[in-house]
Order: sequence, then structure tokens, then C-alpha cells
Amino acid sequence: MPRIYMDHNATTPVDPEVLEAILPFYREQWGNASSVHWAGREPKNAIDDAREAVSELIGAPPRDVFFTSGGTESDNTALISVAHALADKGRHIVTSAIEHPAILDTLESMERLHGYEVTRLEVDSDGRHDLGELRAALRDDTVLVSIMLANNEIGNINPIREMADIAHEAGVLFHCDAVNALGKIPVKVRELGVDLLSISAHKIYAPKGVGALYVKRKTPFEAFLRGGGQERGRRCGTYNTAGIVGFGRAAELAGSHTSASEMDTVASLRDRLQEKITAGLGDVDLNGDSGARLPNTTNISFDSVDGEGLVLSLDLLDIAISTGSACSSGSLDPSHVLVGLHKDERWLAAAIRFSLGRSNDEAQVDTVADMVIREVTRLRSVVAEATG
Amino acid sequence: MSSSAAPDYLAGADSQLPERGERVVVAMSGGVDSSLVAALLHARGCEVIGVTLSLYEVASDTVGGCCSPEDISDARRVCGDLGVPHYVLNYRERFHELVVQPFVDSYRSGETPNPCVACNTFLKFDQLLGMTAKLQAKWLATGHYARISGGSDGRLRLRAGVDDGKDQSYFLWGIRSEVLSSLTFPLGTMTKEQVRDAARRLSVRTSGKPDSQDVCFIPSGRTAEFVASTGGGAGEGDVVDAQGQVLGRHGGVHAFTIGQRRGLGIASPDPLYVTALDAKRKLVVVGSADALQTRTVLARDWNWLRRPEPGEELSARVRYRSRATAVGSYQPAGDGLRLEFDDAVSAVAPGQSLVLYGGSAGGEVLGGGTITADRTP
Repeated sequence: MPRIYMDHNATTPVDPEVLEAILPFYREQWGNASSVHWAGREPKNAIDDAREAVSELIGAPPRDVFFTSGGTESDNTALISVAHALADKGRHIVTSAIEHPAILDTLESMERLHGYEVTRLEVDSDGRHDLGELRAALRDDTVLVSIMLANNEIGNINPIREMADIAHEAGVLFHCDAVNALGKIPVKVRELGVDLLSISAHKIYAPKGVGALYVKRKTPFEAFLRGGGQERGRRCGTYNTAGIVGFGRAAELAGSHTSASEMDTVASLRDRLQEKITAGLGDVDLNGDSGARLPNTTNISFDSVDGEGLVLSLDLLDIAISTGSACSSGSLDPSHVLVGLHKDERWLAAAIRFSLGRSNDEAQVDTVADMVIREVTRLRSVVAEATG
Repeated sequence: MSSSAAPDYLAGADSQLPERGERVVVAMSGGVDSSLVAALLHARGCEVIGVTLSLYEVASDTVGGCCSPEDISDARRVCGDLGVPHYVLNYRERFHELVVQPFVDSYRSGETPNPCVACNTFLKFDQLLGMTAKLQAKWLATGHYARISGGSDGRLRLRAGVDDGKDQSYFLWGIRSEVLSSLTFPLGTMTKEQVRDAARRLSVRTSGKPDSQDVCFIPSGRTAEFVASTGGGAGEGDVVDAQGQVLGRHGGVHAFTIGQRRGLGIASPDPLYVTALDAKRKLVVVGSADALQTRTVLARDWNWLRRPEPGEELSARVRYRSRATAVGSYQPAGDGLRLEFDDAVSAVAPGQSLVLYGGSAGGEVLGGGTITADRTP
């Protein structure tokens, strides 16, 4: 059976056109973009082009966008740079209990080492936030609210515009982690009304190791990575020219893929998968808000199944899906997102995230649905044998 | 890889092995033994799936044990070299509940536990065996130095490894006899020297790694400190002699084991040994070497792998690396077993395993249990 990849929220394959755009910057245009001589000229131009493309994708002025090493760096930078710049105002930050670890772990260390106080907004059993709770959490010493646009595990889309407005009414800045939304739904900083926004290249068919941070003009910002003055001092370090060029090309391509018709196509494949699986198996439960959700993502819990056993069994059939976030050791830990939904215990053990992408088609969806139904049924009988 | 030049180390082994094409889950700690198991079975043509159990949190600067990031990555890289899948399973909660907490409780109650037995019985040859079935693998392989082969009656028997110095059959008595048919221990017919040699010849990248220490989840080796910080110390008390006369003070029975001589802090013309631990009354009882001798040993939670034949010559061990001692008689005692040795054995510590051996060469594990303090006079 040919391999099937349905884990596009983890990463995406590099688009052949993106790869073509990159290669000259390894082969010929290897110069340092900061150099004044000939070797730096073309790299510098290419980076400016890429910045324009990425900025256009998110509807931002190019001068408000700088490149980073990826989503994690963008998130870390946003939190730390604003916190440092507003140290005189206070040390309170508001976030959500189901953010990405790049946010939660950074805030945990700021709490532990630097005396910050963090409010983590709870979510309901579908992963939705209570806007009243956000309003109530804001204080005189709150320096930042950080909420993701779309959740990487369950696909929920948060009402960022409303949330940013609430923060701004209280005079508080708003950061949004849009890493898993980019390329799947339109992401426009002005419509979202955010002050800072994190994005990453490898989620939109570009290479790993490059991302960007949007910082609205006049936002208090104390640079985190310092050095040779690149990115007008906001993010120092030699430019990753090839990666940035790839990000730019991918951003151009992503524009067309977030058209209404493209999103409908992915959503119909996702719905087909979800319907087949739920029709073929009893005792399953959908995780997340099926109303406001990324078009490519569905997260399904299976009762009486060992989640590890299911993911590994599907891997042995060359089907790549995941139980939530991939962690560095590759071990499967309980998802903090599903724990945050406070769902019944029986739905936590086996929750599988399917995240579709450009390469998936109907035939693959049908194969995956058949294999999931077969493996879940088999694993349920193994468990029943062991306990009965 | 120089595998073509290496001899077939498993040829003619008198221990059951998977056949070519059969799917095998190999439990891999990241050490040389289990790495070689994966390499040998892969070379044999088996479909190998490497699995490493993540059993406890490890400080990032810790080296050694089976769960440090380095060990997990060693196992993964060995699998990468072979081109086979490798998975890390998170067993941390289960390990704490089934191994670490009972270990701490055991020390606090004055026993000397054997965590490897609990890990084998409740995790490797139970939970991991369950995962083996879920992955539709016919076999679970580990790097234990022990053998499994059919007896004349056709039933599978668990036997000691051929290397006397490395034999690990003592730790395997908790295996349920009905699962023996799913287990394979490819190193049971090899010596440690052969294992190192084979690992080098097969270019197994962990071939030069040192052996792991005793208790994997206590890398410092300071057991008493670990018990005190995890479960709280057992409380200070008196050191007394057999007559109850107070000779000194101690910091908690969890820091002592039967037969211990050092660290008593008592000056005495004759050597003194710990002869009993009474957790309830917080007493460490000391006496002469003679007082450590006993012929009767009682064990609880007895597991039979094979019941002895009438007249079968039996021996038993009361600790790892002790010589097997001839058994006079045995009888059931509740869910356990009461056993009489022909000659006295020394320093029998409750919490350790009593393992009964029989078979033609005396190397077959017939059963085992956890030694318990004999309360009957």
C-alpha cells in the first residue's frame, strides 16, 4: 500500500515550485545578504521580495514583518520582547489553557524565573473561550494577551477580532499565534486587529527553520535576539536567505489555496473522512468546535481503544496520523489540549488528529477511513479479550 | 555493515526464536544487549519493531539508566541503522504505580524490594505484551539472559541463560506460564563476551556502552535518600539486640537491609549484622552472623511456571547472584509457599525473591514469590 500522509498540522511537504525557488540560493546566490559587495546584492533583493510576499499574505506592511527561525521563535520573541518593553507597566499576561507549548512553556518559565503572573483562560468541552472571562482577567498590570488563531490539535478557530478588541479596550496589547491557521484560512492582521502575529513557513509547504513575526508599528518591543543589527535590530543573526526565499514563494502559492473554493475542497474531504469513520464505528466522539474549525482538521476520540496502539498500528500500515502534538522524544503523551477540554475520561485515551492537505484525495480518504475502522475494531477486540 | 562476515550467533540455539518474516517487538533500553537482539533478529529476517519504554522523568543532565534522552536516542538510532521503526511508549504513570511506589512502600515497611521483578512482571511481560498483541506481532523479544524451550512433555520451560555470570532468570519468575509462547530471549544462549563481540562485528553502535546500574530509576545509587524524598522516611528509632536492649539510634528502617553490617554506628567487639527490621516499632534488630541463618523461607504471591515432578531435585535462590541451595521440602501457604532448605541460608531479606529451580540440569525456573517475614514461630 502506498504511503498516506494525513498529518499536515505537524508539517507539510515542500512544494516543488518552492524547492525550485530555493535552489539558486544554495547553488549560486550564497552570499551574506548584509554584505555591501556583489555577493550580498541578489540575496538582499530576494529577501525583500519574500518579505513582500509574506506580508501580502497576512495583509501587513512589509516593514512590520521580520523573519525568524520558525513559529517557536516567533512566539517566544513576541512574549519576551513585549514583556521586557513593558516591564514598568506590570507583569501579568493572559493566555489560554490550550495554547501551543511555545507559548505555555515560555510563560511558565517567565512565571518561575521572572515573577510574572499568568492567567490561563479555561475552555468549554468543545474548546471554546468565554469572552466575559477574558474581559474579567484583564488588570491594570496586564501587559499582553496571547491567544492562537486556530488550535493545532482540534482545529478550533478563535474569535480573535472580538478578543483583540476586548484587550484594546482595556489598553492591553494582543499577540496571536497564527502558525496553524496560515495557508488554511485567510489570515489578515488588520481584520484580526492584532498587534503581533506569529507564522511559520513549514506549515505552508515551505522548508522548516523559517518563520516570521508581525509587529505592528509603534508596538513596544525590546529585541530578544541581538547582534549584527539585521531586521533593523529587531531580530539579529545572518539571514537564512534560502529559507526566506522559500517562505516567500510558498506565501505566493498559499494565497490561491485559501480561496473559498480551495477551502471547500479540503473541507469536503475532511467531512467525508469524518462521516465514514463515525458511520463505520460506534462510540466515537468529535473533539473541538465543529462550527468554527479549520477546514482540514478533525480530531476524533475512540472509546475502548489504546491511542498509542492505534497510531502505531496505522503507522505500520504506512498511514501517518497523530495523537496531537508531536514531542521531541517521539513519545505519545496525553494531550494538554484534550485535558483542557475536561471531557469524560473515556474520550482522552484515544484521540486521533487527522489533518489533511494538498496531496490528499478521495481515494486516500476512503483508504484511511477503512483502515481506521478496521484497526479500531481489531484493537477493541484485543482489549476486550485481555479484560474479558 | 560487516554482517556478512559475522557468524550466525543464533544458529542451533536451544531457546525458541522467531522465524524469518515473523513480526517481533523488541524491548530496547538503549543498551548493548537489547540493541544486539534487534540486530540479530533483523539479520535473521524477522520484521523488527523497536520499542523503548519511557518509565520516569530524567533530569536533562543525567547519564545512564534506561530512560535518559541519550538512551532513548541510542535505541532509536540503532533502529535507524537497521531501517526498522522505533517507538517510545510513555509508561511513566504505570511505572510509578506498579514499580516505584511499591518499591518505596516496601523499603518503608522494612523490606528490601526487587524492582526489576515488578517491572518484568507487571510492565514488560504484561502491559508491553499487550501492546505486542495490538501491533499484531507474534513475539516480544528482550535482552534478558535466559532461555525458553520445550521440555519432553512439549510444554515450554523457562531456563537460566548459559552465562552463569549474567543469568537473569532470577528476575523472571513472575512471567505467567501461558505467555511463554510469545516471548523470546535471543541472548540466553550467549555469553556476555559473545554479545559484545557480536555487537562489534554487526557494527551495533551501542557496542561499547557500559552496563547499566542496579536500580535504573535511582541513578545516584542513594536508595535511602530516594525513599525518604519520595515516600518520606520510615522515622527514627532504636537499634536493639535480640533481647531488646537498646544499643543506639537509627534514621529509619528504610535505610537498612537484612545482613547489613556497615553504617550501624555501634561499637562492638564482635561484628554485628542487621537481623530483623520492625517497621511498626521502628526497630533495627542486630545480632551475630549466626542469627542470620535460617532454613525456612516463606514467600507470598507465588507463581508456578511448572510444578515439580515427584522426587525432582530442587534448589532455590533467595537473592540474585547467590548460589542455588538444595531444597528439602515445600508446601503451599495461602497464596504463597513455605520452603525448607537442606542447609541453612544466610541473610534472607523479605521483599527479595524466592525462586525455585529444577529440571534436568537444575537450571529451570519452576516458580517464584516474594519473600515475606515469617511470623509463625
